[in-house]
Amino acid sequence: MNLIEPLVKVVLILAVMLTLVILLVYSERRISAFIQNRIGPNRVGPKGILQAVADVVKLLMKEDIVPKNANKPIHDLAPMISIGVAMSTFAVIPIGGTMVLLGQSVRLMLADVNIGILYILALTSMGVYGITLAGWSSNSKYSLLGGLRSSAQLISYELSMGLSIVGVLLIAGTLQLDGIVQAQSAYIGGWLPAWNVFLQPVAFVTFVVSAFAETNRLPFDLPEAEPELVGGYHTEYSGLKFGLFMLSEYVNLVVASAIIVTLFLGGYSVPFAEYMNLSAQTVSLIQVLTFCVKTAGVILFFVVIRWTLPRFRYDQLMDLGWKVMLPIALANLVVTGFILAAFS
Amino acid sequence: MIELESYLLLSAITFVIGVIGVLTRRNAIIVFMSIELMLNSVNLTLVAFSAFLGDPTGQMLVFFVMTVAAAEAAVGLAIIIALFRNKQTLNIDEINILKW
Amino acid sequence: MIMTFETVLFYFLAAASIASAVMVITRRSPVMSVLFLIVNFFSLAGLYLTLHAQFIAVIQIIVYAGAIMVLFLFVIMLLNLGDEQRLAERISYKKMIAVGLSFAVLMEVLYVVAYSGTEFPTKNLERAVEIGTVEYIGRELFTTFLFPFEITSILLLAAIIGAVVMAKKKID
Repeated sequence: MNLIEPLVKVVLILAVMLTLVILLVYSERRISAFIQNRIGPNRVGPKGILQAVADVVKLLMKEDIVPKNANKPIHDLAPMISIGVAMSTFAVIPIGGTMVLLGQSVRLMLADVNIGILYILALTSMGVYGITLAGWSSNSKYSLLGGLRSSAQLISYELSMGLSIVGVLLIAGTLQLDGIVQAQSAYIGGWLPAWNVFLQPVAFVTFVVSAFAETNRLPFDLPEAEPELVGGYHTEYSGLKFGLFMLSEYVNLVVASAIIVTLFLGGYSVPFAEYMNLSAQTVSLIQVLTFCVKTAGVILFFVVIRWTLPRFRYDQLMDLGWKVMLPIALANLVVTGFILAAFS
Repeated sequence: MIELESYLLLSAITFVIGVIGVLTRRNAIIVFMSIELMLNSVNLTLVAFSAFLGDPTGQMLVFFVMTVAAAEAAVGLAIIIALFRNKQTLNIDEINILKW
Repeated sequence: MIMTFETVLFYFLAAASIASAVMVITRRSPVMSVLFLIVNFFSLAGLYLTLHAQFIAVIQIIVYAGAIMVLFLFVIMLLNLGDEQRLAERISYKKMIAVGLSFAVLMEVLYVVAYSGTEFPTKNLERAVEIGTVEYIGRELFTTFLFPFEITSILLLAAIIGAVVMAKKKID
């Protein structure tokens, strides 16, 4: 068994992801400042670009406070679950096709599992535990309420998320993420790339809305609604463990964007690249770049939405999830099934 | 290569642990969890036989057992909530209204 | 005996599942029981993978660990089960008998499996891999097992309605 290749990939993916997160934190603060007509961080490093690093150092130096009567082992375990789940999702996402490196061809994904989508669904359903246990183990009203709210929210939106993925599956006919990307590199009518956003527009919308809810971002950040719940499930966390929760939130955002890109926006595939007579090496490089640019675009969309929309009320959130998103996703699934059956 | 016997033994052991849980614990939720434990040990037997006999029926059955378990958990937990509302306890020794 | 990777994996998962099962029935706090039950489900999913049943393994995580156990945790938190003194477990002679009988059953099963001299089938690797895939299970589910599959939907509907009706405070 060749152990070096996967190890290198793991290190690379972690490095890329953490750099992305640091950039994301910085850009989010700058963009929010721009939207709210402020200046934003501009003291640490040129243009404040090292602000995120300073934040990390601050969190590392802070004292780790565990509340009295808290359940210490679970209090420690909760952030680990959150961050572990968030990071391991990235293992099945293809960042590029095959690349020739040092004389051997390398698949640009960590694990090409043939049930990749089920793996992602399984991990997202695990993410609930981190938040719920954090809320429970803190032994505080605000944390408990935040944790309960968030688990209800995550469970509700997981359904419409799963159902919108099924539409994509029906079209691609495979559970392998790489296969789904391959299926999207064709063309509809010879000119429109067969991205699932064009084939499954309804599923795309429901998936993106559910992704907002799953990543606990505004307008769905009920679990940590500051004015009502102080800080939600991580009220009683400080220092490194609080930092882990923040980190997992941003990693979740990156992962959700990467999944949206892979499932709906053609993944790493570059439309019309095959007409340009490029060498295989260039194509694979362009593919990786395309993936990064697409993901960055989706992340930007998430950030702008966060700072421009107000928060839902809790009952509105539940109504939206169960009475709007779920029926729409189901109807979309039925229609897709009928159309596919009619054309096959 | 692990033989079928090993899987059967393992499943027997977890099943008996589940039985002991049901018979000795008095917290209704933990009793419920012990039942899940028993269901799961049976699932292991089914999957093991299915893999060793090359017959998919066992895995189908596991699929249906999981559906039933999901339904059972929903209804069972609803019953537990209703019980707790009425008697403020989950101790199954105190929930003996049938033998008034 | 040569310890291959597969054997080591099996014994590790088996030990994990037995240990977590024991923890489930001995912990006082229901939350700890839930956590150990999740560990148990994960080790079972690993065991399913050693049996090449990848679909069942993932479904085990999604349905059991991801949905059912969240429901348990949710109910425990909702009822805020902190008061464990009232539930303090006593050791009585009934329980001793129960444990003794359970062990008798276990010994019986162990005897039947290990010493009865029954011929057990051996694994056909290719076939086992084939029937574990999502494609194969899906095809079986929608052809041979279509009727029970449809019936489960009625079962789930009944469960949903039942749960809603029972958990309601007052039926008006």
